[in-house]
This record gives sequence, C-alpha cells and structure tokens, in this order.
Amino acid sequence: MDALHQKSAREIADGVNGKKFSAKEVATSSLTAIKKLNGQTNAYLTILEKEALVQAEAVDKKIASGANGGRLAGVPVALKDNLMLTGARTTCASKILGDYMAPYDAFVVKKMKDEGAVFMGKTNLDEFAMGSSTENSAFGPTRNPWDLARIPGGSSGGSAVAVATRTVPIALGSDTGGSIRQPASLCGVLGMKPTYGRVSRYGVVAFASSLDQIGPFTHNVEDMALALEVISGQDAADSTSVNEPVPDYSAELTKGVKGLRVGIPKEYFVEGMDPEVKTAVMLAADTLHELGAEVKPISLPNSDAALAVYYILAPSEASSNLARFDGMRYGFRTPGAVNLIEQYGLNRRDGFGPEVKRRIMIGTYALSSGYYDAFYSKAQKVRTLIKRDFDAAFAQVDLILTPVSPTPAFKLGEKVDDPLTMYLSDICTIPCNLAGIPGISVPCGLSSGDLPIGVQFYANLFQDQTLIRAAAAYLKATNWHKKIPALN
Amino acid sequence: MSHINDKDVRHVAKLARLALPEEEIAKYQGQLERILGHISELKNKNTDNVPAMSHPFEVGNVMRDDVAKRFENLPGLYKNAPEMEETFYKVKKVIE
Repeated sequence: MDALHQKSAREIADGVNGKKFSAKEVATSSLTAIKKLNGQTNAYLTILEKEALVQAEAVDKKIASGANGGRLAGVPVALKDNLMLTGARTTCASKILGDYMAPYDAFVVKKMKDEGAVFMGKTNLDEFAMGSSTENSAFGPTRNPWDLARIPGGSSGGSAVAVATRTVPIALGSDTGGSIRQPASLCGVLGMKPTYGRVSRYGVVAFASSLDQIGPFTHNVEDMALALEVISGQDAADSTSVNEPVPDYSAELTKGVKGLRVGIPKEYFVEGMDPEVKTAVMLAADTLHELGAEVKPISLPNSDAALAVYYILAPSEASSNLARFDGMRYGFRTPGAVNLIEQYGLNRRDGFGPEVKRRIMIGTYALSSGYYDAFYSKAQKVRTLIKRDFDAAFAQVDLILTPVSPTPAFKLGEKVDDPLTMYLSDICTIPCNLAGIPGISVPCGLSSGDLPIGVQFYANLFQDQTLIRAAAAYLKATNWHKKIPALN
Repeated sequence: MSHINDKDVRHVAKLARLALPEEEIAKYQGQLERILGHISELKNKNTDNVPAMSHPFEVGNVMRDDVAKRFENLPGLYKNAPEMEETFYKVKKVIE
C-alpha cells in the first residue's frame, strides 16, 4: 500500500477531513520521504519541517472542532522557490536573494492555505526561472530521479522531481517558455500552464511579465483539476488576472473526447527530434482517435520564429524586471564599493549567475538605442503572426497535440556551455506563452533507456477545461502516468 | 546587425549595471554574437502592416480608488535590509 503522502491529493483531503488519518501523520510521512531523497535529487532548497508540522496540527485542530478542513485539507504541497510564502526563504536559486525571507504570501499560496494545504518546502529552479535543466541554480543542480546522471528539465525542475518521486501530490511551478511542461515531460508527471491571466501572478518573482504564468504539477489528472480550481481566479493585486468565472474542471474528467477535433501541426516535428519521442507522441494521437476524437494535420506556419521572438521578448522584459535587484532594500551587497553606481554594479556582478547576466545583456541590447526597432519591435510584430496562426488553427480544431521536448532528459553538463543549444530544448513549448494559450504536458511513454516522454496539448484562450477533458480521457486509456521511478 | 564587439558588451553591461570582470567580456561577446545572430533571423519575416503585440489578449486599464493601504508586515521588510539605521535603509551617498 502507498505511504500516506503518496496518495492522491483528493484521497488525502478526504482521509484527513474524514479523520481516517491526521494531517500531521501525512506531513510526517512526506517529510520522512523528502529527507530520505533530497541528498540524491536536491529537489528542495528549503525543507519547512517545523512550519509544516505546525500547519498540519492547525488543520487537524480545525477538523477536530467540527469544521471542514478545506479541499486541500492536510495535502502536502511543494512551492517553486520563486513563490512567496510568508516567513520562508525565497531565493529564486540566486545568490542575490540567498537570505531573502518572503514578507507576504503569493495569491496562489494564500488560496491553497485557505483550503488547508500544508507547505513542505521550496523547490530548486534555474536561477530566476531562466533555463531548461535546473543546472543554473546557485545551490547546485537537481537530478532526474529516473537517472541521477540526467537533468530533470527546467526551470521548475525541483517541483517536477518533488512530484515524480511522490514526496508531495501537488507542486507549483511557473512557466515562461515551458518551465512547467518541459520538466513535467522529462520526469513523467503532469504539468500545466493555464491561460495567461487565469491565475494571479501576485507573489511570483517576475521574469517576463507578459509570458509568466503559475501552474501545478501533479501525478494524476483529478488532482490537476482540483489544484486549478483552487489557484485560479481574479486578483485585485494583478491587473492582468481576468474576471472570468473559474470552470468546474472536475466536471471535465468524465466527458471523454468523442467528437473533439484535434490538430497535429507538422512544424512541431522538428529536425533532430528523437524518433522515440515522435513515435510516442503519434501513438498518443492514435489513442485519442480510438477514443472518438477527430485527428487531422494542421499548420502553424510561423512556428519557426517562436524561439527568436522569445529570446528577444523574454530577456527584454527580464532586463527591466531584474533592475530591482540592486542590493539596496534587500538582497546581496558586495562590501567595499566607493560610490553608489559602483555598488550597484558589484552587487549585480557577484549576486547574479552567468545565465541571468547573459539574458539581462541580451535584453538590454535589444532595448538599447539603435536596436529597439530591429529587435524588440520586430519581435512584437512576429508575436502577432504567431498568435494569428493559433487563431486560424483554433477555428478548425479544439485541441492541438504536439511533443513537449524534442528529446528525453539529457545528461548533466551536456549543454551547459552552449546556451543556444540549451534554448532549443523549449522549441515546442514557447509558442504557447507567446500566444497566451493554455498548455499541458501528460506522460505518454518511456524511452528505450527508461526515460519519460510527454505529449503536449494546447487549447484556445480560456479553454483550459478542454485540456483537462483531453488529459482525463487519454490517461484513463493509458498507464504511463502510473510509472514511478525506483527512487521514491 | 548582429555583429557584437567587446565595446558593445562593455556598453550593454554598463547600461545594465553589471560590473563585468575583463576576462568575462570576451566570453559573453562570443555567446551574445551567436545568440543575436540566431534571433536576427526574424528579419526574414514580413511584418508590413502587422501590429506589435505586448499582451496575449486585449486589456484595458484596471482602475481602483486611489487609497493608500498600509503594508502591515514592516518588520518582515526590514529583516531583509542589508543595512539599516532605525527605520531607514542605509545606502551610499546618492548626490555627490
């Protein structure tokens, strides 16, 4: 039988609310697993042992008093370390925020707290969420539990591993160009980026504000629906969050895909794609077809430009967002500067790692006098072309099916000295953020080397429920999401 | 438009307030040149009469009453300060 913390979030909340077991027992069970595995995976940067037990006891007390413990009563949750949790260290895996203690809760954190969730720890990431392998962390890389010599994907690698090793049933990440979906794919779990504006960004440290979105990792689709129901909704503190009713995602779980129109864009089967990935993804399309979906080829002709658009817009926004890290009110300060300007330069030289500096410089260059039109303005226009491709496609289909990552997990160190090749890891996930549409990665196979492969579904703006519907039907017909790495 | 020399790297680093050590200039120059070379392929896309996009869907201004709200957890803010005196952040002289 599964240990308590390895159950689904729904089973845990039901069990805790029904007093079959206590939130404290679940938290203790989860903490034992986290501490046992973290030496090998480095998924967690901070383990909130004391805080989690206090939170769990509070949930148990509430239930003992006769109240309902909430939809996430006693459910252990892990948070990417760029999400604010009051009183917890929030580093963004950067030396510049090495000792930063969050002074407030992110919107999503507050929503989960209100439903009785228990936060077990803060998970590793590429510094400021910039990367595809979780190797750009100032606190060492996270390792893939399926093969410790390999990367877990990134930037939310720690959250993906936290769920893949079943230390928690739900972890939150952030996705700017694939940072939830790509690690979910490489670790064999579900990961979703909701529609831009569906979830408030208040309390996630900003990377690229027009692309960032918070989303969950889970090991089953029922928990994904539940997590989305809890974290979605409008927030006065994020003016880009939208006033749209939150769908009943759980009602989508049993609808099936009969009659659903599914498009497969030929442009996503890029040169250099691992043939095993292609085969697994096409088999997923066959499964949807067998379940009654209508599958047809489509074209997204400007997909070839997505990477270039992204690597202008995201660094440009980052160069502006990261200007706040100057070591004045908080953050790392280098001793010995003679004046203010020198102080800024030294704090940022010593506080930021190489990838962050690289992206700040790309962005600063793209926005600088003489280059703005050729780079930034041009990229914004091509972003419109990419969005129009999706508008045209969604006039014909309800769902788009693509690979997530062109290859299964690669080896640690393999791409670290070659930023451009690393950037290509996100070629299938980036267009989603540019268009603002929702995307989900769902396990769809294992490679011959026993490494997870994921399939990605896209839906139109605010059609997040279509992703849950398709994922639920697909997972009911397959067993890939039930495969667990030996390390758990 | 993608040729980057070491002078450009120094200029950009200065704008971004990054005091780069001399030995890193050449490294970044090569990497930036390669990356910018790749992304400058965008010039091949015809964008005549295409509007620029800064947001996934149309948004307007979100208005609220202009009422100041106190942030309650001031000790939580002060705790993160590298250097303080009473309730003031201590920094180098701003005006020389």
